[in-house]
Amino acid sequence: MAPPAQSQRSPSPSQPSGKGEVSDLKMQLRQLAGSRAPGTDDSKRELFKKAISYMTIGIDVSSLFSEMVMCSATSDIVLKKMCYLYVGNYAKYNPDLALLTINFLQKDCKDEDPMIRGLALRSLCSLRVANLVEYLVGPLGLGLKDGNSYVRTVATMGVLKLYHISAATCIDADFPATLKHLMLNDPDAQVVANCLSALQEIWSLEASTSEEASREREALLSKPIIYCLLNRIKEFSEWAQCIVLELVAKYVPSDGNEIFDMMNLLEDRLQHANGAVVLATIKLFLQLTLSMTDVHQQVYERIKAPLLTLVSSGSSEQSYAVLSHLHLLVMRAPILFSSDYKHFYCQYNEPFYVKKLKLEMLTAVANESNTYEIVTELCEYAANVDIPIARESIRAVGKIALQQYDVNAIVDRLLQFLEMEKDYVTAETLVLVKDLLRKYPQWSHDCIAVVGNISSKNVQEPKAKAALIWMLGEYAQDMQDAPYILESLIDNWDDEHSAEVRLHLLTAVMKCFLRRPPETQKALGAALAAGLADFHQDVHDRALFYYRLLQHNVSVAERVVNPPKQAVSVFADTQSSEIKDRIFDEFNSLSVVYQTPSYMFIDKEHRGPFAFSEELENLSIGVESANVASAQRVEANDKDLLLSTSEKEETRGPSSNGSAYSAPSYDSSSASLIASQAPSELIPSNQSLQAHAPQASLAIDDLLGLGLPVAPNPAPSPPPLTLNAKAVLEPNAFQQKWRQLPISVSQEYSINPQGVAALTTPQALLQHMQGHFIHCIASGGQAPNFKFFFFAQKAEESSTFLVECIINSSSCKVQIKIKADDQSTSQAFSDLFQSALSKFGMP
Amino acid sequence: MWLYNHIDADRGDVQKGSAEIFFRKVKFWKEDGEEEAPPVFNENGVNYFHVKVVGLLFVATTRTNVSPSLVLELLQRIARVIKDYLGVLNEDSFRKNFVLVYELLDEVIDFGYVQTTSTEVLKSYVFNEPIVVDAGRLPALGPAALFMQGTKRMPGTAVTKSVVANEPGGRKREEIFVDIIEKISVTFSSSGYILTSEIDGTIQMKSYLTGNPEIRLALNEELAIGRGGRSIYDYSSGSGAVILDDCNFHESVHLDSFEMDRTLTLVPPDGEFPVMNYRITQEFRPPFRINTLIQEAGPLKAEVILKIRAEFASSITANTIVVQMPLPTYTARVSFELEAGAVGQMTDFKESNKRLEWGLKKIVGGSEHTLCAKLTFSQESHGNITKEAGPVSVTFTIPMYNTSRLQVKYLQITKKSKTYNPYRWVRYVTQANSYVARI
Repeated sequence: MAPPAQSQRSPSPSQPSGKGEVSDLKMQLRQLAGSRAPGTDDSKRELFKKAISYMTIGIDVSSLFSEMVMCSATSDIVLKKMCYLYVGNYAKYNPDLALLTINFLQKDCKDEDPMIRGLALRSLCSLRVANLVEYLVGPLGLGLKDGNSYVRTVATMGVLKLYHISAATCIDADFPATLKHLMLNDPDAQVVANCLSALQEIWSLEASTSEEASREREALLSKPIIYCLLNRIKEFSEWAQCIVLELVAKYVPSDGNEIFDMMNLLEDRLQHANGAVVLATIKLFLQLTLSMTDVHQQVYERIKAPLLTLVSSGSSEQSYAVLSHLHLLVMRAPILFSSDYKHFYCQYNEPFYVKKLKLEMLTAVANESNTYEIVTELCEYAANVDIPIARESIRAVGKIALQQYDVNAIVDRLLQFLEMEKDYVTAETLVLVKDLLRKYPQWSHDCIAVVGNISSKNVQEPKAKAALIWMLGEYAQDMQDAPYILESLIDNWDDEHSAEVRLHLLTAVMKCFLRRPPETQKALGAALAAGLADFHQDVHDRALFYYRLLQHNVSVAERVVNPPKQAVSVFADTQSSEIKDRIFDEFNSLSVVYQTPSYMFIDKEHRGPFAFSEELENLSIGVESANVASAQRVEANDKDLLLSTSEKEETRGPSSNGSAYSAPSYDSSSASLIASQAPSELIPSNQSLQAHAPQASLAIDDLLGLGLPVAPNPAPSPPPLTLNAKAVLEPNAFQQKWRQLPISVSQEYSINPQGVAALTTPQALLQHMQGHFIHCIASGGQAPNFKFFFFAQKAEESSTFLVECIINSSSCKVQIKIKADDQSTSQAFSDLFQSALSKFGMP
Repeated sequence: MWLYNHIDADRGDVQKGSAEIFFRKVKFWKEDGEEEAPPVFNENGVNYFHVKVVGLLFVATTRTNVSPSLVLELLQRIARVIKDYLGVLNEDSFRKNFVLVYELLDEVIDFGYVQTTSTEVLKSYVFNEPIVVDAGRLPALGPAALFMQGTKRMPGTAVTKSVVANEPGGRKREEIFVDIIEKISVTFSSSGYILTSEIDGTIQMKSYLTGNPEIRLALNEELAIGRGGRSIYDYSSGSGAVILDDCNFHESVHLDSFEMDRTLTLVPPDGEFPVMNYRITQEFRPPFRINTLIQEAGPLKAEVILKIRAEFASSITANTIVVQMPLPTYTARVSFELEAGAVGQMTDFKESNKRLEWGLKKIVGGSEHTLCAKLTFSQESHGNITKEAGPVSVTFTIPMYNTSRLQVKYLQITKKSKTYNPYRWVRYVTQANSYVARI
């Protein structure tokens, strides 16, 4: 642990530069360095403390280096520790000085006192000077074999530090193998835990270049290692338990019995006072039972109480972290929590971010049996002095109204809000009433009566104003003075700062005019004139458009502006189910707190061992790939495991057309996006050209042969993609991957009619694709809609491609989504897939 | 004052100056229309975590997607370890002991991986001696701090005593503290009916015993856990049984005989730690009843009458009671009338947030107190004043009172010697968490 970063900052003018003090200190230290008088150590301690205190407030004390080192030739461990702290801080930036310390650190590594051995070793490894690594190997090797467990824990972390300074030195010394041996055999649990952490990091980083490392990393998830760790789970510290549980969550058990054994073994972890242990356990339980719907639900029931206890014990920060996870589960399966709604009531002294989560949960769990209580409670908050919460509460009431079938009572409550005459309440409510009317036009009569009474002067917020104006236009017929209210609003056109409001005003006055021409004509004229003179492009264009439309033909204008409307059945969900699933897969991580999958906020190079770099090994345990039973399982899973079917169905809407996300957005850093995307888009198209029309590609070569590079970026081209003819993938592994990988290609194209004609049953296509080494894991549907899940593997490596393919045989359209372990080749695979598909049905 | 601690600072992952970035972010937080930064946020790819402990901010940063619970729990635990060492946690004790704090952090975290947070284990690695700060006039940390308030019944110095520092007299006093701390949340409807109620309890232990003897802690025998499999008897046994919804335990606790005789066995590590956390939604008798009456008294005037009644035995006294009530935003002035002979009461109208405050030093069980506040408005109230004011919230501390009736029946210390008889303190306290009466 280094002292804070301030130490490198140049002192600000207000701070003493400390030059005089530092040189004083230097003198004093020098005097003491050789002294052996009794009490010297005490005076040294005082001076050391002073030096370190200067260091922490940003004074540069690096000039004391040699004196400090000289003074620490002592057996006083307090002095030594302070010196190590000092050295650790300055060595990085002064490699020459660091060399001075090597000698005494190496000597201390052989001290009799294990404490000193450990400390010296830790300091040695923390120097982080690349050209000194040769001095590390010897002491580290001894440290790993030390009889004292403290020294061994330090040494295991030391190996990891060495790896980060010089990976080659670490690997050459064969330290990973030593760590693996210690991990399986060391009697001290903390040594074991450190070995595991270090190995996870080292092997994940090595895996990209070394076959062996990637095998070793996969071996961490093998049954013997997992069991070895699980059997000792109670010996580990609570923090080490978290690391082990996190690892075990990636393990795929071979059968149900194994799952139950693991859950029985770990059930008491749910009663741990440390929230991190409980959440790690919960994650494991949820992952284990993903394919066992009943048990999965039982897990929800079981974890409810421990989660609620964690939320209410501990500090507000801890409870927030747990509550975020509870929130995620409630959103996934609101029905399972519908009787616990009282736990989600807000307490007046809770911070905003907690209340907000609770309001969302209350909204989600509302159903026929508890809506009355929930809405009553929400109305209390709406009247609260805490304005942001009052607003959120009103929105919550509105959302509940939109998701319920019997909204009668709720509409009354909303209308009561309007009578409270608080501006912000009125504003929020107006927006909601507008949404309600779009869904339940039958309520217009009651609502309009109340809305009509609102003075437009009391409505200032643009959103609310726009909502009110929309209603004035839409229900111009029912609102007596609609034209006149609009007219007065148009009179104040220039004071209206929001373009959105002005746009709505134009439309509303048009609608009003089409229904009540004589009363509105004047207002319309004024509005169009103002709109045409408007500096905002959209407002100007709309005004011009309306003007020409009216000039052209009034009945056409009527059809354009005032077409018969269908009530909105479901408002689009803001988050796709794909994203939600991904967050769920990242349970017990920041993704849950931010409600965003990690690729959107973590840089690629930092995904590290925590991230789900799940290139899980191919767990083929002799299961036939096109297994009908497993196919059904995948289908069932794909739908949803939990009861919230209705909600799920709605949210699937936007995701299935694939428009919500395109491939590049999954790549978090734009820099790497360009680097990886550019060649992969160009080269596969070359390939397909080569495959289908060699002459054409030659022609292009000729055309471009005049010294022009074929691609602007002649970056390394991937070798042509060949697939493994005998690829196998467990259905479970498929599911897991499908949930965890991002979509890398999403495309829609047509297939030839011959192909469609041949597609009488799904099986026909399966055989065809198998001929191209693309295997089916699940399929279903009947004409005209067929859905397939395919997978394929690269010939040389275990890198897998997953495909979801939806074929509509009446429109000859195919929608595919591809996910790949190695995203850089997914476009090439996509082309391969398309070409294979295009040959279907051909003689 | 805040302690800045890069979880992975010594890995060079987080750029320089992140301390300043954090501080600016937290100080000027304005998102979602709220001025309070959440405990976790992301700024430029760096994740900042912070917890607030007695006014000190403990901060950690990382670029990886870690478990937020783990980091926040860790920060809390670091605060506790430092407090165990320093006796008191405040800016002054921090400044005086920063080298020790570094030394502790060095042992707690190595290269971003947690090594240990146990004061017990750390004792053998950490050698700097704490410079103990005079605790007399300083606020202490944690729930135990509330024992210091006022009454002489509590051994006040104990809770601020460092676990490692030697007493001036030389020998350490052998003693152990077991605190049963219950935070209660109650919401009363406007008609006085209880809408929700919950007890969040902790059995907190702090041991100054040498030689780590084993301890047996016996709780009520009639203690049931889990409301799931509730039988009809649970309703009838109105007096005896305490029903916990759920509970969790510190890792040192052995539950071997818990199912049989409700005894917890443990070897308490040094330092302060929660033995058990529990949660109860079983109905209980709320310690206070609050009545609020609002009457209009003319176009620009109204009268608020607040009544608080202590519904516990007269042998018990609650202290530091504060009653708060938001008033209509157009309230201009408030004049108060206390009951005749009122002692130790304080009233205030907070102009900035239009809030009425009524503080009472103590309330003896069974007594009732009334406050009458006359409001003057700057504009005419339209309609219903009750919709513009309230709810009434109360905070209080009641020593030697526990709402749940969960008890430590006995505390047994197993040690061979007959003469060994350390001090044992078992203390109860109930605090308001969210105690609200709607009007």
